[in-house]
Amino acid sequence: MTPPPVLAVSDLRKHYGPVVAVDGLSFEVRRNEIVGLLGPNGAGKTTAINMILGVLEPTSGSITIESVDARAHRTGALAHTNFAAVYAPLPGNLTVIQNLRIFGMLYNVPDLSARIEQVIDQFELDRFRHTRCGVLSSGEQTRVGLAKALLNAPSLLLLDEPTASLDPSAARDIRQRIRQYAAQGDVGILWTSHNMYEVEEVCDRVMFLARGRVLLEGDPRQLPGEHGHKTLEDLFVAVAREPLAMEPH
Amino acid sequence: MAAAFVRRSAAIVLRQAYLMRGSVARLLPLFAWVAVDMILWGFITRYLSEVASSGLNFIASLLGAVLLWDFFSRVMQGVTTAFLEDVWSRNFLNLFATPLSIPEYLSGLVVSSIATSTIGLVVMLLLATTFFGLSFFGYGILLAPFLLLLFVFGIALGIAASGIVLWLGPASEWFVWPIPAIVAPFAGVFYPVSTLPGWMQVIARLLPPSAVFEDMRRIVLGRPVSLGELAWGAGLAIVYLVLACWFFARVHRRAIRTGLIARYSAENLA
Repeated sequence: MTPPPVLAVSDLRKHYGPVVAVDGLSFEVRRNEIVGLLGPNGAGKTTAINMILGVLEPTSGSITIESVDARAHRTGALAHTNFAAVYAPLPGNLTVIQNLRIFGMLYNVPDLSARIEQVIDQFELDRFRHTRCGVLSSGEQTRVGLAKALLNAPSLLLLDEPTASLDPSAARDIRQRIRQYAAQGDVGILWTSHNMYEVEEVCDRVMFLARGRVLLEGDPRQLPGEHGHKTLEDLFVAVAREPLAMEPH
Repeated sequence: MAAAFVRRSAAIVLRQAYLMRGSVARLLPLFAWVAVDMILWGFITRYLSEVASSGLNFIASLLGAVLLWDFFSRVMQGVTTAFLEDVWSRNFLNLFATPLSIPEYLSGLVVSSIATSTIGLVVMLLLATTFFGLSFFGYGILLAPFLLLLFVFGIALGIAASGIVLWLGPASEWFVWPIPAIVAPFAGVFYPVSTLPGWMQVIARLLPPSAVFEDMRRIVLGRPVSLGELAWGAGLAIVYLVLACWFFARVHRRAIRTGLIARYSAENLA
């Protein structure tokens, strides 16, 4: 029997008055899968992620995380979820260890002290444990954010541009750590990025979003060729410039 | 389930404790301003006792009133300050994307306020009793309901004020700080409610602290207290607390519907 997907989104919509941000989005993230959510700015990626995280109410549609209806049982669904985003740094006025302890309690992580030591070790944060997060470099803050995101060993990990603002070396390091986590267990990861090299390297499957809808979906290494483009970046640019040409007929 | 509720609420309290522990700027206001108030009003009441021949116990009526009012203000600000820490650190997205519920969050803010306002109360009591001879035992057993009523109303105002900031944006925190000063003239802190014009008396009757201060003056003047008035005040305070929680939950729901929680920061809201 096929295990249920970690995340199932069905006919998800978000309207702000007459403006449609997400328009009937349906997709799944399965176990041991990294799915890239791609699209130009304003395509609806972050809106979709916010709805999955329960910080934005959908106009309609359903979100199921680990077979739990996230709209009806928010707390139960979010216990299996975590996220990291470049625009959501942890409070800069608390130290690394303080932030991890507080968020560990919020996620009700069992044996929290031991788990904190594990993620500190995993992201090589030992020398920063008593440093306020606000004074860390971008790369260090990203590592702390990821350590927080893995505290509750989530089966659904949402990463919104996790390597934005990082230098190539730090970005590669972060990608490696996330892939290590993905390889450890029954984890599904939804990843947004504007770095197509990164997406090709990391994602098993990608979905191109434009105007709140999925236009294309497939293997990031094969998708460009299937649509007459050399690279994923060329395909991205084509989707961004001419989304209507890519609409399924 | 209950254990998870307690643990998540405790996380909010712990966050506040961490911030306090590492910051003189946060620790000092817990007791510095109330201490200044006690010293200032202590000398004023001492002077008034010397020059006035009314026989009124100014220490018990004025200094006691200042102490109780400062306690109320500290309770309210204990809630709003803990809430504003999340505004200032732009932490809403991180916080509300966890399994934390609104009752858990508000419980954490309330417990934080209990801790911080207790510190202020102890400092005020020490100063007022040691240096100015204020005896709270003079209020008898009614001291407990006085403090409890002011505490409940302070919590209610703190939650409502936090809801206003969540609703109107970070800049509206400046609406929060003057709230005690705006309420004070109506609450009859320093004078009987009967001193006020009729329309102000109507508002005073709807403010729970007025019941406390009216009864406090009756005790000082040796008159029988009005337990009915105190019960009315207590009932009002509970109603306001329920309304404040409802208001905050409604504002939060609206912020989730509009996406405000996800993009709440000092930059994107004027």
